[in-house]
Amino acid sequence: MPPLSIWFVRSALVHLMLGFTFGALMLGNKGAPFDARMWQLRPAHMELLLVGWLIQLAMGVAFWIAPRWWEPPRRGNVTGAYAAFGLLNGGLWLVILGSLFRLPPGWTFVGRVLEAAAAGAFLWHLWPRIVGREG
Amino acid sequence: MPPLTRWLIRTALIYLVLALIAGVLLAARLLWSLPLPTAGLDTVYLHLFMVGWVTQLIFGVAYWMFPTYSREAPRRNPLLGRIVYGLLNAGLVLRAIAELGRTAQGDVWSWLLVLSAVLLWFAAAGFVVNTWGRIRGR
Amino acid sequence: MPNLTRWYIRTSFLYLAAALLVGLALAWRAATPLPGFFARLQPVYVHLFLVGWVTQLIFGTVYWLFPRPEEERFHERMGWATYALINIGLLLRAVSEPLGAPPGGFWGWVLVISAVLQWLGGLGFVITTWPRTRLHKKRRR
Repeated sequence: MPPLSIWFVRSALVHLMLGFTFGALMLGNKGAPFDARMWQLRPAHMELLLVGWLIQLAMGVAFWIAPRWWEPPRRGNVTGAYAAFGLLNGGLWLVILGSLFRLPPGWTFVGRVLEAAAAGAFLWHLWPRIVGREG
Repeated sequence: MPPLTRWLIRTALIYLVLALIAGVLLAARLLWSLPLPTAGLDTVYLHLFMVGWVTQLIFGVAYWMFPTYSREAPRRNPLLGRIVYGLLNAGLVLRAIAELGRTAQGDVWSWLLVLSAVLLWFAAAGFVVNTWGRIRGR
Repeated sequence: MPNLTRWYIRTSFLYLAAALLVGLALAWRAATPLPGFFARLQPVYVHLFLVGWVTQLIFGTVYWLFPRPEEERFHERMGWATYALINIGLLLRAVSEPLGAPPGGFWGWVLVISAVLQWLGGLGFVITTWPRTRLHKKRRR
């Protein structure tokens, strides 16, 4: 597993755990209410699991297992993949902090733009690697 | 990587970008009043994400990497695989259009929503049938 | 493909079909009036899909494809425990949530238990997967 995949997957695991923790708090509060503010965790719960866990894990594994070139650099131009890691984590934490601390909506907007840019950057890296055995 | 996997993964990547653009629009809605039908956009965002991106990516990777079914038919039924691809994407596009177009219970868009749900269910059933026998040891 | 992976993936397939059936019921609600029970299926639909189908399929595939663990026996036991926790937790949720029982009652506490079980399942997966994210790769049979 290449170092970038390790970063992606470990980051995904951290976000999975945080997302499950927020989810458990909300679900527990639905069954036996203990704090009315728990429902405010919902946007952060969704962001942690949809973006922090699922997208990040998929990117990490795709970077690792997608077909490689016969000659170095075997994963092609990796700039887009590294950029995606930074943009995705930066974007998702802007959205999470924006929702948790009720910051102005501009935080969420900028965060979402960074997430979309991360997807574009990763697509730029991965697209040429989606090939058959014949290349 | 077989051709169908390439189609599935490339389509999944496009849906990832589209889903995150829908996410940008959802956030922009909080800042400006947009001249867009944004009422069902949160549901569209979720479905582009769950079905278009994640599920389609899984279908593609499973079709490629799961143990072979037999020597004669390593990926079981390629035609069924292509039908699943068609059903999944037709159902998803229809869902997105119907969700954004729907204005009242029982209107034509609502019935298209039902049709899209049926298409998605058959896509899943086709995938399960085609893949079940490949879930085994070497 | 190890036995545990087969259980994870086959179970995830059943959840995919179940989730999309619930999705069909929800879409039907948009077209014709249905009892209030159906409105409460929305979170069940999303969680059957994202936890039952997607996350469970990922857990099974990771168990199969990631570099092999050092302590295989411990790893396998934890894998089965995670499988049980996630599935019992999710099924309890799918049953108790649509009933819409008053919070603090019997079904409310079932929901609390389901939350704890799923959280423990997530923790089990993270504990066993973390040490397997490393450079060396050796595939399981």
